[in-house]
Amino acid sequence: MLRYIALIVAFILLFTVFAFGLFNDPRKLPSPFLGEQAPVFELPSLTEPGRLVGSADYAGKPALVNVWATWCVGCRQEHGFLLQLAATGAIPIYGINWRDNRPEALSWIQQLGDPYDFSAFDEDGRVGIDWGVYGAPETFLINAEGIVLHKHLGPLTAVIWERDFVPLLEAGGPSS
Amino acid sequence: MIPEIGHFALILALSLALCQGVLPLIGAHRNDAAMMAVGRTAANGQFFFVAFAFGCLVWAFVQSDFSVAYVANHSQLSLPTVYKVSAVWGAHEGSLLMWVLILSMWTVAVGHFSRNLPDSFAARVLGVLGLLSTGFLLFTLLTSNPFERLSPAPTDGGDLNPLLQDPGLAIHPPLLYAGYVGFSVAFAFAIAAMISGNLDRNWAKWTRPWTTVAWLFLTVGIALGSWWAYYELGWGGWWFWDPVENASFMPWLIGTALIHSLAVTERRGLFKSWTLLLAIAAFSLSLLGTFLVRSGILVSVHAFATDPTRGFFILTFLGIVILSALVLYAWRAPSMDSTAGFRPLSRETFLLLNNVLLVIAATLVFLGTLAPLVVEVLDAGKISVGAPWFEVAFAIPMLPLVFLMGLGMHTAWRSQPAEPWIRMLRLPAIVAVVVGILIPGLFYGRFGLLVSIGVIAAIWVVATSLIQPIRSWRSGVRLTPAVLGMSIAHLGVGLFVLGVTTVSAFSIETDRALRPGESIEIGDYRYEMRELRDVDGPNYFAREAIVEIRRGGEFVGEVRPQKRQYLVQKSWMTEAGINVGWNRDLFVALGDQIGSDVWSVRVQYKPMIRFIWLGALVMALGGLIAVSDRRYRVASRVEDRVKGTVPETA
Repeated sequence: MLRYIALIVAFILLFTVFAFGLFNDPRKLPSPFLGEQAPVFELPSLTEPGRLVGSADYAGKPALVNVWATWCVGCRQEHGFLLQLAATGAIPIYGINWRDNRPEALSWIQQLGDPYDFSAFDEDGRVGIDWGVYGAPETFLINAEGIVLHKHLGPLTAVIWERDFVPLLEAGGPSS
Repeated sequence: MIPEIGHFALILALSLALCQGVLPLIGAHRNDAAMMAVGRTAANGQFFFVAFAFGCLVWAFVQSDFSVAYVANHSQLSLPTVYKVSAVWGAHEGSLLMWVLILSMWTVAVGHFSRNLPDSFAARVLGVLGLLSTGFLLFTLLTSNPFERLSPAPTDGGDLNPLLQDPGLAIHPPLLYAGYVGFSVAFAFAIAAMISGNLDRNWAKWTRPWTTVAWLFLTVGIALGSWWAYYELGWGGWWFWDPVENASFMPWLIGTALIHSLAVTERRGLFKSWTLLLAIAAFSLSLLGTFLVRSGILVSVHAFATDPTRGFFILTFLGIVILSALVLYAWRAPSMDSTAGFRPLSRETFLLLNNVLLVIAATLVFLGTLAPLVVEVLDAGKISVGAPWFEVAFAIPMLPLVFLMGLGMHTAWRSQPAEPWIRMLRLPAIVAVVVGILIPGLFYGRFGLLVSIGVIAAIWVVATSLIQPIRSWRSGVRLTPAVLGMSIAHLGVGLFVLGVTTVSAFSIETDRALRPGESIEIGDYRYEMRELRDVDGPNYFAREAIVEIRRGGEFVGEVRPQKRQYLVQKSWMTEAGINVGWNRDLFVALGDQIGSDVWSVRVQYKPMIRFIWLGALVMALGGLIAVSDRRYRVASRVEDRVKGTVPETA
């Protein structure tokens, strides 16, 4: 009988390991920037190709940096919420238009509305690499000192915003 | 509208699965014929509704209905229609639906072919399958509904992962699932037998053909996956010991052990409780494979998106299924003791060794796959277990297994007199040793201990597998399909070992920068890059190199490797150019563009690599021949009662 019980105990142990492993979210690990200085960048603006925009534009105030592209379905999903968020004026939103093409990105903004203070045009994805972008959409919350407070993968929604961003924003900086 | 109908059909299927899972089990307990009869009807109805739902999802893909979130995320307007269809099972939700569909197909088949079995047994089998189906349908509906709508609907979709836009991968998952899910039948038979407490040899006889069919699907599925990885990933490797590959390989190893242990249980009434445990283990490992793939708990190139809720659901389901099976087993197994004995030199001994070695191999793969997870949970850092570890660990139990295989095939049940046995096997042994030592030197100009061991093992298995077919051909006495199937399946193992040994010992590989007009020489072959050009596909554009291969000035062939960029996901894919031959592949893949007209090119010479997949196909063919044996088809109760092999305990 003992060996059958041993079998069941072994299984329960394995099961426990799985249960723990499951809540060890591998997605939480890979942002080396969390709590670190956000990477600096400078790129042509999407809307005015001649003008250079970048991290210098939001230095000294909290900002939301949103990586988006027209080919990304999740970006379309979150676009409505970004417009609402921009309308409240809670925080300026800066876009990085990532691995996209300019005419399509411009027509997207014209048709769906533009929540961004500016969108930097990162055609070859080089800035995306600096920021450790896996796939659009990704949203970074940066405080007045330029520190990354939070990174969200996937479409942003009001619920996620209230839950993950607002508390950090309220606690995060004297300037908010 | 159609997606909602599909969703509704799934809900109906769930209700029917629940009926199928509960009523026949109660009916079998109370010996109520009407309740037992519900099983088959419910199974057929469930199949109809699941197939209907599946059809709705296919329709949504073909019509590019991007208001369905799953379609929007995994399809795209310019995707060729065949890939729109295969995109249905290209990601989590749809592949889960396919899993349920295949489970209901197996169930309908069991319902159909189980008419000769005792009613209460068939009812219990269908009941267990119904409960499994209920779990998977709940999983689909609660956490992974493929018919979820997306509003506003995007004008175009996010495209199917370009890696999956390939004919090999279009049919790999269905075959693999057919294998995985097929083990649920062996599992259901085991559970039904344990519930009834009537574990006679017939149980093994009824289970055998189902297990073999599931195993052969899994074999072909895994081989196809390996073949795909070879030509699509651009590295020229055929097995990567990736967690997801291992997840499909562990049930295969245990399933192979199960097939052999079932043979002992059927023929000799031995190993009963062990066979039951293997039947539980094979399916549990299939479920575990699903869990590993779906939960994203292990980082893998194959893994679908991480989602803790899904992982949690499937883990709970896994826990309930496996734990209840083990408790049932702990309750019933102690009462099963075999009385029959066998001599040390007998087929039973060899099959026992087969089981021990296969289980050791599966355990090693299991440990290697899960070690990183355990270490992470214990918070001891992150480790990874790579191919070198697996290759060594796996070879340790497998090499003896291959040698024992040739012996075991020709050993009689119960007791084998040593002298005729040695006389029969002497010739193949000599042939194997001579060929094994000579071949590497003669064909590849190099001798080596490991290579020779590998080739000797391969030739030994091939030669011993051919003994019975050759004798039958000479004497004109036909072999039974069971024996012929076994010989052919083992022949497949020999071919496979030959391929693996030769590829790993004699492959040649070089990376070199090339511009048009330049050439590389490796082995006897000269590869000249003739031209670089642009090619447009339906949803990608590609840079294509035209490479001419010559051997001693003589034209061998032309290959056209491509580097493709898929327009929607912006990802780069490598399409290798392969010149295929029965005894070698010449493999050319483009690496990166280095200068305006210069590319890094990876050129490989892969001797006998086709034998790896050929071997797997031959194994599966052997399985197919074995299940066609008459004794599985005429397995009627009446016949067995006449023979007196059914101890009726009712």
